[in-house]
Amino acid sequence: MREELLKIIERNSRIDLKELAVILGVEEIDVVNELQSLEDEGIICGYHTMIDWEKTSIEKVSALIEVRVTPQRGQGFDNIAERVYKYPEVTSVYLISGGYDLLVTLEGKSLKEISGFVSDKLSTLESVLSTATHFILKKYKDHGTILTKKYEDTREKVSP
Amino acid sequence: MKDMLSKQAIGLKPSGIRKFFDIVSEMDDAISLGVGEPDFDTPWHIRDEGIYSLEKGRTFYTSNSGLMELRQEICNYIKRKQGVDYDPQHEVLITVGGSEAIDIGLRAVINPGDEVLIPQPSFVSYEPCAVMAGGVPVIIELKAENEFRLTAKELEEAITEKTKILILPFPNNPTGAIMERKDLEEIAEVIRKHDILVMSDEIYAELTYKEKHVSIIEMEGMRERTILINGFSKAYAMTGWRLGYACGPRVILEQMTKLHQFAIMCAPTTSQYAAVEALRNGDDDVREMCIAYNQRRRYLMNAFREMNLACFEPFGAFYVFPCIKEFGMTSEAFAEQFLAEEKVAVVPGTAFGDCGEGYLRISYAYSLDTLKLAIGKLADFVERLRQK
Repeated sequence: MREELLKIIERNSRIDLKELAVILGVEEIDVVNELQSLEDEGIICGYHTMIDWEKTSIEKVSALIEVRVTPQRGQGFDNIAERVYKYPEVTSVYLISGGYDLLVTLEGKSLKEISGFVSDKLSTLESVLSTATHFILKKYKDHGTILTKKYEDTREKVSP
Repeated sequence: MKDMLSKQAIGLKPSGIRKFFDIVSEMDDAISLGVGEPDFDTPWHIRDEGIYSLEKGRTFYTSNSGLMELRQEICNYIKRKQGVDYDPQHEVLITVGGSEAIDIGLRAVINPGDEVLIPQPSFVSYEPCAVMAGGVPVIIELKAENEFRLTAKELEEAITEKTKILILPFPNNPTGAIMERKDLEEIAEVIRKHDILVMSDEIYAELTYKEKHVSIIEMEGMRERTILINGFSKAYAMTGWRLGYACGPRVILEQMTKLHQFAIMCAPTTSQYAAVEALRNGDDDVREMCIAYNQRRRYLMNAFREMNLACFEPFGAFYVFPCIKEFGMTSEAFAEQFLAEEKVAVVPGTAFGDCGEGYLRISYAYSLDTLKLAIGKLADFVERLRQK
């Protein structure tokens, strides 16, 4: 039940517990216990809401930043990653294989704010060798959800 | 002109679904639970392969039997699932949906007057196809008390000197019934004893929610007397691609291929290339869809329990078949009134045979949100009827 449960709430964390129990074919108490242990084990790390900020009047700019760094003896990339992820405007930090080391995603109010962060804070870190900043112009799909189009049922209404 | 039309064609009853469809299409804001096809889009990698085949200019006929590559994949698939071998060269035919396979399969084996055993409630095409093939349909009425399975006793009682072939439609549309191994073993024994053929329509084979689907071809002595029909519509959500197939003994497939050649030429080429991709890399998609259907099935069964509506638990396809006999209305009257008052369309059980009277087919090829909305309305409607 664990995998099926996780897949359901990954898409819809607001689903009613009773309904969750029904569609999984188990008792409600089992769902409650399983969710509790998933939280305790740190498998469920949070319940977020997907927001398409584009559709609001609130100005937001996001960017992906490729960062090349020098790994430190005994620490690898962990130390530098931590220094980066502690900034609240940083929304994610991934260690990446290939042409650069860290992929940092960033959210800010304006281009200026983001470029300020990159030039003042990120590139001045000692082990940072170079950065390349890519601003996001449009989000088509995020977290498995298509943002640009709504599902439309185009089937015939009745068929054998 | 006198006698312009075929008497046989005129004699066919129009599908009960059609009539209902006409009413529903008039209503723009109706919620429908009447659809017999998946709500999922064809998985993108499969569609992409179809597009790619067009880009490469694969826009010609294939061989009459279908792409060898596809026939080979079908044989691999059946071997993997059922453990039975077919020869892709002589024992597989790619058809325009499972529907074509039903039609030409019957035409390939029926002589005038041969009896065709058709368990009902079942898919709407068997009876007219049997008639147009020159056969005589003999209906076996399946019973709710047997969970709409076909029993050996029912089969035995329907067999006569003239019986040629049994149609075995499981997992079943519209009831959602399945046949398990022990059920099939008993059926196979009767079939062997009376030396008749079987057409096993297993289009919903991938959609079972109890144990893995079992096919009659796995039973002793059945492979050589069975026309196995399957396709891509339900498992891979590919209804519009119109692609199915038949497997069976070479002597039968030779005749079917001939009919197919003259009537159809070959199944759509684009669809065939897409289907190769479906069989090679589509297992995960099927599993995901099956899990989603099962969640909805559980949701519906629970909702029926809560509103005290009698319904046996179906373990296949994507239909539930609740009983509405307590209201003393015909299925059609119930469905029409429900549509008029609550604007929700369900299909009367009688669209699938007279013995579907007293039942409704509700499809769960819909999102949980749609089901919730529609079932809420059903609960209100049922409540109102009970208070009268």
